[in-house]
Amino acid sequence: MALLEVSNLDVRFALRQGEVKALRDVSFTLDRGERLGIVGESGAGKSVAAFTILNLIAKPGYIADGSIRFDGRELTTMKPRQLQQIRGNKISMIFQDPMMTLNPVLTIGEQMIECLKAHRRIRSRDAREIALNKLRQVYIPSPERRLDQYPHELSGGMRQRIIIAIALLLDPDVIVADEPTTALDVTIQAEIMELLLELCEKHNVALILITHDLGVVSQVTQRTLVMYAGRVIEQGPTREIINDAQHPYTQGLINALPQMATPGQRLNQIPGSMPSLANTPPGCAFHPRCSFSDDANGERRRDCREVIPTFVRSGNCDVACHMVRELVESRPSESDASDDNSHKHREAL
Amino acid sequence: MTTASTSSKAPSRLARFRSSYLLYSFKRDWIAQVCFAVFVALVLAAILAPWLSPMNPYDLAQIRILDSELPPFWIDGSDPQYLLGTDAQGRDLLSTILYGARVSLIIGFGAVILQALLGVTFGLLAGYLGGRVDAFLMRMADIQLSFSTLMVAIIVGAVIKASFGGAIYSEYAVFILVLIIGLAEWPQYARTVRASVLAERSKEYVDAARVMGFRAKRIMFRHILPNTLSPIFVISTVQIANAIISEAALSFLGLGMPETQPSLGSLIKSGFDYLQSGSWWITLIPGGVLVVLVLVINLLGDWLRDVMNPRLYKG
Amino acid sequence: MSEVLQQPQYHQDGDSAQAGETLLQIRGLEKHFPLSGDFLEQLRFEGGRLKRRQEFVHAINGVDIDVKRGETLCVVGESGCGKSTVARMVMGLLSPSAGEIRYDGQRIDDLNPRQLLPYRRRMQMIFQNPYASLNPRMSIQQTLEEPLRFHHPDWSRQQILDKIGEVMASVGIDPEWGKRFGHEFSGGQRQRIAIARALAVEPEFIVADEPISALDVSIQAQVLNLLMDAQEAHHLTYLFITHDLAVVEHFGTRVVVMYLGRVCEVAETRTLFDRPRHPYTQALMSAIPRLEDDGPDHIKLPGEVPTPVNLPSGCVFHGRCPHANDRCRHEIPQLIEAQGSQVACHAVEEGRI
Repeated sequence: MALLEVSNLDVRFALRQGEVKALRDVSFTLDRGERLGIVGESGAGKSVAAFTILNLIAKPGYIADGSIRFDGRELTTMKPRQLQQIRGNKISMIFQDPMMTLNPVLTIGEQMIECLKAHRRIRSRDAREIALNKLRQVYIPSPERRLDQYPHELSGGMRQRIIIAIALLLDPDVIVADEPTTALDVTIQAEIMELLLELCEKHNVALILITHDLGVVSQVTQRTLVMYAGRVIEQGPTREIINDAQHPYTQGLINALPQMATPGQRLNQIPGSMPSLANTPPGCAFHPRCSFSDDANGERRRDCREVIPTFVRSGNCDVACHMVRELVESRPSESDASDDNSHKHREAL
Repeated sequence: MTTASTSSKAPSRLARFRSSYLLYSFKRDWIAQVCFAVFVALVLAAILAPWLSPMNPYDLAQIRILDSELPPFWIDGSDPQYLLGTDAQGRDLLSTILYGARVSLIIGFGAVILQALLGVTFGLLAGYLGGRVDAFLMRMADIQLSFSTLMVAIIVGAVIKASFGGAIYSEYAVFILVLIIGLAEWPQYARTVRASVLAERSKEYVDAARVMGFRAKRIMFRHILPNTLSPIFVISTVQIANAIISEAALSFLGLGMPETQPSLGSLIKSGFDYLQSGSWWITLIPGGVLVVLVLVINLLGDWLRDVMNPRLYKG
Repeated sequence: MSEVLQQPQYHQDGDSAQAGETLLQIRGLEKHFPLSGDFLEQLRFEGGRLKRRQEFVHAINGVDIDVKRGETLCVVGESGCGKSTVARMVMGLLSPSAGEIRYDGQRIDDLNPRQLLPYRRRMQMIFQNPYASLNPRMSIQQTLEEPLRFHHPDWSRQQILDKIGEVMASVGIDPEWGKRFGHEFSGGQRQRIAIARALAVEPEFIVADEPISALDVSIQAQVLNLLMDAQEAHHLTYLFITHDLAVVEHFGTRVVVMYLGRVCEVAETRTLFDRPRHPYTQALMSAIPRLEDDGPDHIKLPGEVPTPVNLPSGCVFHGRCPHANDRCRHEIPQLIEAQGSQVACHAVEEGRI
């Protein structure tokens, strides 16, 4: 049984201009110790997904449908007190900006000890020991001194390490990291990602990494979900998604990277922009921008325009795309022709 | 390429206001609606005082001393032509209250306009130019704040009365009071605006304006000032209430409006002596009107402050 | 060929303008920000006497940069290296503590606002945060109209409207949307409008301070393409500040790498990526997460970035450099030529690496 099972999650926000569906029919699983990446641009709903797992969505947002099962227990119907035992304890979270996550008027030690004492009955002395231990695990030099320092006295990279240490304090089963390195410099980012990777492997902690940076995802995660306009549109092993993306949006995203274009030439851009969640097109949300949604006559395909695509398995990935479905279903057999066809559809690009 | 919208015509100002958060929030908050209605009613009554009031309290010919201290209409012994009774000199209380409210509101609004003009200008200069200008203006503000309004009013009032006589003072009392209260409270505006300007100055649209070559004056008034208006509106309501109360306090102490041009404060004062003798309405009814006026202004200010709280704007 | 046709429009003085000559020249630039508050706060009681103690943030400590006409010079570095400060000084938003900035041969850092005005048309800037670079209280049309009225007081209303329409269309914004306000547009569109504002006065030199960092990946590609189109169409020279090395590799002609207010290395883009010479550049290159990577594999730099308040002595990088020796701790390295690049490193000079 998977550690975390999210099924058909539907999250909505009741705003005054109407109801906005932030997450639509989102499903994924996470096994113990597995590292999952959630990739998407702003407005895709990846942060909402992260907050929902911890049931941190507050009014006007609410979970309209679906279930989140953690270790067999249903989180969406839990009372706040029961949720408290899971939050921070079994599932902990790392946010984007370390300066905003740490309380500026409390020392590091006070914050760590408070965290421990909120979940366990232990003495301050023991809590301090555990805190020191975790600081050592994240390779913070002179940890005893750090415990008595305030967040503003430390650099950005150190603060993020401390956040990771706090996330590990209670030996959680899952860490949800929401863009943990976006606010950091490239050299610090590399160190933090390496640290996260090492810790997750060493302590068998599962990781959900939310980011827009495909490079980071390729380095750290084993599986990846790609989100667009509140839906998951492709999921599968990270390596395969990066090397052989099937959904036109994922392909477009990868091709839009500067490293994919010839220096001096124009970058491959996806026309238009992601629709706002209040106003998504019917059918496949990506169809207005998709170069494959036209049929032989040059008109928009009816299914792309009207029908929301469901997942089809192609290779090791699940892809929500009508065109991919057509290609998969037109394959004579699963085994040998699959390589042939994937070449065919890439030539068609 | 454009954001989702079927029509490419930009909404007009009226359409924008109609769909604004301000109106939306107003429609849902009954307290704000009630306060606004009461406030508008009082202001209209004050403006239309010459037409609404049964008689003119400044016209000595209309006052009948024999009709003094008549109670309001719901008490025995009242005279139906004096709805709220009469004061010690026989003036109709309803009329005096209407005229008095008028004076109070004129002074309140006038003082606030003066404060705002001075305060906003100084705040802009201090916030944008920084350095010595900022230090100087803020020290001046500190010095200004250390003088109590009442003290200044006493001194100025006494000096003018001594130099020009009581008659001149009476004639220009409204202007003098507007001046005093206006000058006393400009630091409030200056500080608020300065804080806003400091926040806006670090934003890139100001840099863009500088890079374009615009001068300081244009950037301050054309670019930054419109973005500091929200806090100005919010404190204006409180300042109006404060100005009205300041004037009432001064008049109550005999340092504000003279007897011939009563404001709500001096009405309260003139009726105070008669409280013991049982003619409570001379003091308490104007007092009640003053309380209601200040209360609705303050409540509106609270609502405005909550509504104008900077919210996250998502695209 | 198209250069000859278009040239007279864009250069006010100096008909000898040709691609390749130096347009912007920065020499010995320094900037120190006082940290200690105003005069009263600086006075301290030490050792029984009243002393004045001043602390500074040494943001820029001696920078030399040349920008040639027609090129895209990228300035890269991590936070605290001073690249944004350099950009702001070039545009006159900050004044240097020391050093010179010359534009087209003329010194511009010591001019008063009136003397600087003609340069304002030729030099423009694009900022990082699309959400803060447009005035929330002005419509798009007003935002674009104001600079045109200011710099072309003799133009008629119709000429201005035409120009606004033209420049909006050229950046891909529907001119019908002129009456709308900034918050009605997405981040990418706002950045396009900011670019339109810069292009409206027909500059020849644009400083772009991280113009795409705040945008989504797919929008970054659009805006970057737009910048490239604009460069071709108007023969622009870019000073491009960024921390994204992938963009640099794609877009830059030459690259300047900065660390703690000093220049470490200057090279042509291809040379920098193929053969980074300075140890910091090498560490930076290895830290970029690439799609081909299976796991993070980068040169680890020990220690933290030192604070710019108390600068390290000698080479600013010596505390974290694997090749530092005694000379590095005491002597500030100057930029020297080394196989096509300019590097400020003793180890390179001595042939140690």
